[in-house]
Amino acid sequence: MSSPILKLIAQRIALGIVLLLAVSVLIFAGTQILPGDVAQAILGQSATPESLANLREQLGLNDPAYIRYFRWLGGVLTGDLGTAMSSGQDIATSIKGRLWNTLFLAFWAAVVAVPLAIILGLIAVRYRNGWVDKLISGLALASTSFPEFFIGYVLVYFFAVKWQIFPGISTVYEGMPFGERMQAIALPATALTLVVLAHMMRMTRAAILNVMQSAYVETAELKGLSAFNVIRKHAFPNAIAPIINVVMLNLAYLIVGVVVVEVIFVYPGMGQYLVDHVTKRDVPVVQAVGLIFAAVYISLNIIADIGAIVANPRLRHPK
Amino acid sequence: MADTKAKPGLLLDIRNLRIEATVFPPGEPPKNIVLVHDVSLTLEKGKVLGLIGESGAGKSTIGLSSMGYGRGGVRITGGEVILNGRDILKGGKDGFRKLRGREVCYVAQSAAAAFNPAHRLMDQVVEATLLHGTATRAEAEKRAVALFKKLSLPNPETIGERFPHQVSGGQLQRVMTAMALCSEPDLIVFDEPTTALDVTTQIDVLAAIKDAIRDTHVAALYITHDLAVVAQVSDEIMVLRHGRLVEWGGTRQIIKEPRQEYTNALVSVHEIEHAEQKPGTAPFLSVKNITAAYGGSHIKVLKNVSVDIYPGQTLAVVGESGSGKSTLARAITGLLPPEQGTVTFDGRPLANRLADRPKEDLRQLQMIYQMADVAMNPRQTVGTIIGRPLEFYFGMRGRERDKRVAELLDKIEMGKGFSDRYPAELSGGQKQRVCIARSLAAKPKLIICDEVTSALDPLVANGILKLLLDLQKEENVAYLFITHDLATVKSIADSIAVMYRGEVVRYGPKSKVLAPPFDAYTDLLLSSVPEMEIGWLEKAIKGRRMASAGN
Repeated sequence: MSSPILKLIAQRIALGIVLLLAVSVLIFAGTQILPGDVAQAILGQSATPESLANLREQLGLNDPAYIRYFRWLGGVLTGDLGTAMSSGQDIATSIKGRLWNTLFLAFWAAVVAVPLAIILGLIAVRYRNGWVDKLISGLALASTSFPEFFIGYVLVYFFAVKWQIFPGISTVYEGMPFGERMQAIALPATALTLVVLAHMMRMTRAAILNVMQSAYVETAELKGLSAFNVIRKHAFPNAIAPIINVVMLNLAYLIVGVVVVEVIFVYPGMGQYLVDHVTKRDVPVVQAVGLIFAAVYISLNIIADIGAIVANPRLRHPK
Repeated sequence: MADTKAKPGLLLDIRNLRIEATVFPPGEPPKNIVLVHDVSLTLEKGKVLGLIGESGAGKSTIGLSSMGYGRGGVRITGGEVILNGRDILKGGKDGFRKLRGREVCYVAQSAAAAFNPAHRLMDQVVEATLLHGTATRAEAEKRAVALFKKLSLPNPETIGERFPHQVSGGQLQRVMTAMALCSEPDLIVFDEPTTALDVTTQIDVLAAIKDAIRDTHVAALYITHDLAVVAQVSDEIMVLRHGRLVEWGGTRQIIKEPRQEYTNALVSVHEIEHAEQKPGTAPFLSVKNITAAYGGSHIKVLKNVSVDIYPGQTLAVVGESGSGKSTLARAITGLLPPEQGTVTFDGRPLANRLADRPKEDLRQLQMIYQMADVAMNPRQTVGTIIGRPLEFYFGMRGRERDKRVAELLDKIEMGKGFSDRYPAELSGGQKQRVCIARSLAAKPKLIICDEVTSALDPLVANGILKLLLDLQKEENVAYLFITHDLATVKSIADSIAVMYRGEVVRYGPKSKVLAPPFDAYTDLLLSSVPEMEIGWLEKAIKGRRMASAGN
């Protein structure tokens, strides 16, 4: 019974892996095209042609590109992301803590944003074209239209400077108590929530409205169900596939797109790590972070696809 | 005010019902239109009233008003709807909610669309009962299973565990009837419950509905455009047109002694005289031993099919849905290249694939479809639509083209003024006429008509058939006429091919095919066509030799 669905899911996962490999090639190629190389960057001002040649030999930079690519890929697959040039530290070790920080922030932003967006979407459909709908849509669109750094600074101005409820700088460290940690991320999580809310809410509204024209919604109304129950029980389950899709896209954004927010709140996550090392032209770090972001993005999209497949009763229960 | 005292035994009393809607014509300010003009009706407990008329007559609108429901912005603006002794229009939203699904239930035209694809059938069947708290879940499910049995559904104990897509259309229609009966309402509104079904399936569903109504003593409003169908189930019939009452009387009186001219037209609608033409000496198109399949030869949909078409004649292809009628058309036009067999045209074989055929071959074979409105580009005017084949096949431009478009519009009995209109501004019959003109514009030898009258009201369909016959005489064009409606076949065909599960089971001149002795399948098809006679249904069910496929 479940064989067609398993096949579809296996296909999606295989496609995702192929895609990720393609992205790794692109990332590697992209960093090769940039002028200068690691040896130049390490030696900087003190570079002489001899020392450059020596270092290149030492780092294996004289090998053909494809050999270097596979060497890099092999390292990535065994958990060795290489060494940061700027600090000489192992990239995998320094990323671990930061990735965890980013996921922590994204998780709590999502815990607030996703249910809120879907509930607001349901309410907007219930009172569609009335003032409630317009108010919800208006506020959500406004919050998305403001750039996130603007929202970030407005939050800092009111909550950190004026009323001094939350810290304006989200410093977190290992072994920080949970309560303090939550207090520290309150403002960046709020900023992120405001940024992703409207997109999800508008899609929920549109997806459900699309289904509201169906004959089975009329059937439900003619059974005497209340307007909200018609939406919740009969329209929502059939609108779930597009909603999962947009939710996953926004979750991906919460992890991959947080760069600006992390910088504003000086939050020690992946985004800030990336920005720091881009300015230092630390190619191995940029490669590693780029690959991790791509992996997150692709896996969340695979999850969205699988969610849409599983949500389809025709695939779940074939004839 | 009139006296509101209810007569004993009276269930529904609609008085001077007026229903309006606001329409938004393109480029004009919104307009108020009246859909139902002061219609009154009464229905006693346990009786069935048939509402009949063409689309736009207000049948469904009146039916739904008994539940206080207006589709898409439709408003009840006057009159009273007295159900069980009280005016439900005064009850407000909460009042409507309490009576919907409890006192009045609804059976929709397309059960396939009216069931929620995301939930199991049983959950949907008992939903209203549980919502109104008239039974516990266990009781409601027991009742539902009993109803499934009564409506002779297969596996009544377990069919409720299925999802809608796992059950056929005819079965879904019966499950929907069970859903309406489950909460033991006083009144059921049946809105064209068998229109979307094959004739052979329709007869089963009709019989099941009739038995269920009789045994549960529920009253019903039975809405349909098919007088022969409504004559089988109702005690009284009300004929409506343009939202006004035309005639209301007992079933026997309406079908035997109609008093109004319009009713008379409805009763005698299928009678077109068409003398059969003898097959000529040589067919211009011959289909030889064609086998075709979908999904890489997994599912054979045509098995060894051979038919001939003679110049200026009509070959009708009949059968239930899934019998391969439309696939035959796709094979002939090259849309679905056959795996084996050939199509010969004018003595030479046609290329199997559409892409391999020269323009001239494409011109000779044209098609008209069931859904005229989706077969036209909504952003093009009628003139552009009809002019397109003139440009494409004959390179006509400018005034020459416009002149020809005007001629063609004239041929389909539509004035020159239609040339600048958009499809959305036309009625269903007019749209189909435009499609006919478009196919004629190519001056083809053969037009394939795929269920071209199935979506139309009987009177309009009749007009289209007459037009097609007239055009055949004028232009000497041949038709391959695909239909499931045997009455249409009788009025238009010269020869007939009966298809069943991908095979031609009976083929020959009309007079031979429609004369006994019949094979079992042709007999089933012929005996399933509703006749305008009281008691036909019982006779037909008794006399059947084979069961329908149950689509």
